[in-house]
Amino acid sequence: MLRIDCPCCGVRDHSEFRYGGDATAERPAHDNPDLDAWYRYVYVRANPKGLHREFWQHVLGCRQWLVVERDTVTHSIHSVNFSRRQRA
Amino acid sequence: MTPTEKRLASGGYLDRSQVLKFTFDGRQYAGFKGDTLASALLASGVSLVGRSFKYHRPRGILSAGAEEPNALVTVGTGARREPNLPATMLELAPGLDAASQNNWPSLRFDVQSVNSLFSPLLSSGFYYKTFMGPSRRAWMFYEYFIRRAAGLGKATMMPDPDVYDSRDDFTDVAVVGGGAAGLSAARAAAQAGARVLLIEQDFEIGGRLLSEPAGAAWLQAMRTELESMPNLRIMRRTTAFGLYDGNTLALIEDADPFAGRDMGAARKTFTLLHAQSIVFATGAIERPMVFANNDRPGVMLNSAIRAYVNRYAVLPGRNIVIATADDSAYLTAFDLLAHGARVTIADARPMAEPTLLTRAKQMGAEVHLATNVANVKGKYAVEGVVLAGKAGTTGVSCDLVGMSAGWSPVLHLTSHQGVKPVYRPDIDAFVPGPLPETQFVAGAATGSSGVSAAIAEGATVGRAAAAVAGKVGTVAEAPALEIEETAGPTTVYKPIFGQRKAFVDFQMDVTLDDIQLAQREGYESVEHLKRYTTLGMGTDQGKTSNINALKAMAKLRGISIPVAGTTTFRPPYTPVAIGAVAGRARGHHFRPYRLTPIHDWHTANGAQMLEVGLWMRPWFFEASGKDVNAAYVNEMRHVRSAAGIMDISTLGKIDIQGPDAATFLDRVYANGFASLKVGRARYGVMLRDDGIVFDDGTTTRLGPDRFFMTTSTAKAADVLSWLEFLLDTAWPDLRVSVSSVSDEWAGMSVAGPESGKILAAAFPDIGFSNEAFPHMGLAEGAFRDSPLRIIRLSYSGERAYEIYVGASNGEAAWRHLIDAGAPYGLKPYGVEALGALRVEKGHVAGPEIDGRTTLSDLGMGRMVAKRSGYVGEALSRREAFTAANRQRLVGLKCIEPGKRLRGGALLFAPGEPLEGHGHGRMTSITYSPELDCYVGLGLLAADFEGDEVIASYPMKNEVVRARVVSPVFLDPAGERMHG
Ligand SMILES: [Zn+2]
Repeated sequence: MLRIDCPCCGVRDHSEFRYGGDATAERPAHDNPDLDAWYRYVYVRANPKGLHREFWQHVLGCRQWLVVERDTVTHSIHSVNFSRRQRA
Repeated sequence: MTPTEKRLASGGYLDRSQVLKFTFDGRQYAGFKGDTLASALLASGVSLVGRSFKYHRPRGILSAGAEEPNALVTVGTGARREPNLPATMLELAPGLDAASQNNWPSLRFDVQSVNSLFSPLLSSGFYYKTFMGPSRRAWMFYEYFIRRAAGLGKATMMPDPDVYDSRDDFTDVAVVGGGAAGLSAARAAAQAGARVLLIEQDFEIGGRLLSEPAGAAWLQAMRTELESMPNLRIMRRTTAFGLYDGNTLALIEDADPFAGRDMGAARKTFTLLHAQSIVFATGAIERPMVFANNDRPGVMLNSAIRAYVNRYAVLPGRNIVIATADDSAYLTAFDLLAHGARVTIADARPMAEPTLLTRAKQMGAEVHLATNVANVKGKYAVEGVVLAGKAGTTGVSCDLVGMSAGWSPVLHLTSHQGVKPVYRPDIDAFVPGPLPETQFVAGAATGSSGVSAAIAEGATVGRAAAAVAGKVGTVAEAPALEIEETAGPTTVYKPIFGQRKAFVDFQMDVTLDDIQLAQREGYESVEHLKRYTTLGMGTDQGKTSNINALKAMAKLRGISIPVAGTTTFRPPYTPVAIGAVAGRARGHHFRPYRLTPIHDWHTANGAQMLEVGLWMRPWFFEASGKDVNAAYVNEMRHVRSAAGIMDISTLGKIDIQGPDAATFLDRVYANGFASLKVGRARYGVMLRDDGIVFDDGTTTRLGPDRFFMTTSTAKAADVLSWLEFLLDTAWPDLRVSVSSVSDEWAGMSVAGPESGKILAAAFPDIGFSNEAFPHMGLAEGAFRDSPLRIIRLSYSGERAYEIYVGASNGEAAWRHLIDAGAPYGLKPYGVEALGALRVEKGHVAGPEIDGRTTLSDLGMGRMVAKRSGYVGEALSRREAFTAANRQRLVGLKCIEPGKRLRGGALLFAPGEPLEGHGHGRMTSITYSPELDCYVGLGLLAADFEGDEVIASYPMKNEVVRARVVSPVFLDPAGERMHG
């Protein structure tokens, strides 16, 4: 059972969250028509061993989308931040 | 009935004032509170308690703990029959009704012990060879015989009548194991200020200290102290059976059989314990020796004998042979001698600790060094042994054999998360590997021997575990314990080959010969050995057998034990009642239904309800027809000729606000929304980033900065998450908020040519003329104390209105409409008719928006022809989506009178063989009252030639001809909904 320290709600079980995929993939601008850029964003993944940044949404809590830094080997979580703050 | 001759007159952790009657195989016995079933049976002189898995050999009680492989019993009858419970862990309770397993017609005269004669047939690899061999016919031949003969107890086939709980719990420090190390760790952590939970699988705390007469006072003082600490809780009868991510322990707790349970109270409770840090003080399990007939009733572990003598006050034999490769067995011998038993010690080692030898001889024991047990005499009970030493073999008569081949630390939990055990040759045992910094281990589980070491280690790690949780208060020295200690084994015990019927795995009936056979046939790796011989596959998971098997294999291969490997430990540590994991989430409670605010009206007015996703929705109304097929057609006809009312509260509803709301929707929907005027609604389609259609719905502009979105029922949660994702991660610069209002609004739709008149009658303050309130228009008002939103939208193709009111006024609004509509013939209809009406109109829904179709596939490509900058645009333009054989939406009309279409049918060209996947498939079908035939929607390859298909439905062996037509079967100009 992962425990995610939501910056809004505190430490919560992962069953309250929804996994949202790779947070390192760079999303092209909404009006970017470049097929290749979108192809890379949607399909190409690094699948690293070790630290990885990924999206989780606190669906059964504050509903914020979070960026969680998780070790894919040990499942230990190194940081949790609001996605909005990180991007802005 | 009074306790019998094997019970000692005094001593033990027993409440002799509470005599408990119980039955075993239909015979009544008695024991005391504090007994296990095993100790009570031993006290009553019962040593034969079961038959083995494959050979039906008579078996007794090997151990006094969770590792028990032999003494498995079935408890209870009827729906409460529970098989394969170790008698050594069953707390004796009033009325306990237990039965032996694997015997017919009785335990003593088991017909199938003839299996022993066939044992070459059932040797290792037998199952494997018959399953995997060149001919499976062998299996067909043997199956009946094996199914009757092999196996453990039988589970009940009836539903479980008991109640279970499942819950979450939290603590700073979890201490697993209530022996000397665990008690000391719990005390230290609690004194340091941490919240502590001490978990003990037994009904009594103390672990092996319960077998140490000299430890009683210390244990009593410790228990009193711990029970008085406000920040320390003790869970007895609780097994930590699995370790998971984030220091989560899975616990299973048995209810106290003496507490008395109220109706509805749980028989077992499952707990997910979230701990800041964990101390594993799980102790060690003694290993059996491997010699011929070491499975006979009356052959026990030395530590078990000691537990029965000291904890349960049972002297299981009077003339005892103690076989050992370990000094600790001498303590057992001393206790037996003190109770007047005759003791012969066969020590496999050339030398033992001299003080122990001297004392044994002084107390009257006969001691043979460098001597092994070579065979056991007696079938239903031990009658003697053959000892093999330097001087040859000698027979010794006895009624009990003890054995110890060293100790195996209980490291199962520590390795559940992938930490590999490490072999320590100095103590001939595997110990836990390096643990994460929030996990600790103390006492015998680390491989250390002796109580003083356990107490000291417990105190150290208890303090460290509390520090992980930030608690560093002062810890007082633990009270000292004066106790006799022995060192660990001084040599490595190795099984001696060449002995017949020398059992390694008692429960799975695996002998030394079987391991030799497996090795000869090439199954050398431990993992292969397990699968080939079934070693370690029993309900005990090989707790007493894994290491001996590993040693045997290492010896056969001439390699060291760590090179031979160790097996992987997986949860659960001991069997877990699956009902406890489910807790109360069974039946209806497994997945609760969602009910609309109008639900009660439906059920009171003849609705047949249907589970649709998470919701209960009206399927059809009984007044419309006797079954669904008759009813839905009548409901369709009624909507098209008069008016129907439908509960649409299940739709996802999202309130979208902010200065950039229009810009946001313009990107989210593939078709444009920026130009939508206030007070108007628009149908919209969303794509996923990969260009596939995600969901459709309508969105109404309530004001310049405010929109009301509806989504499909099925995708409501996904759409909301998606909108939040885009705002949080992709476009944080857009000033927009979204929030779900699905539960706040009740929704109902009135459709049909009379709908305008009905709405006008129901809401006289609102104008419903086409001019005042055109198709795709919005009117707002009030119904009672609730806001009211009416949007003129059509799903059926008829003139129709969606009415939204506050959920608490939902049923009242529905009744109000039913009353106002009565003069116009308004009737309710269900989801079957709803789906049929939209098929007739050619509207796509779930079966067409199936996660594989694009806008062009669904015939909506023109909606976005001149647009750009919307989600999914770039990838929707990829080449593969324009392939010539891309399947596109078509209408299909049955052209064979008297036949019907079926959803899922494959589409072929006439004359073509009906093989493979065809050129497409039928997605949705309905009988059309308008056309008086079956019609359907389908996806058909764009390069398909001709206007006729053969629809093949192999499930029912149906083949029917259909014409390819426009998907809009009705009113293509849309005059009905605008009119
Ligand atoms: Zn939160």
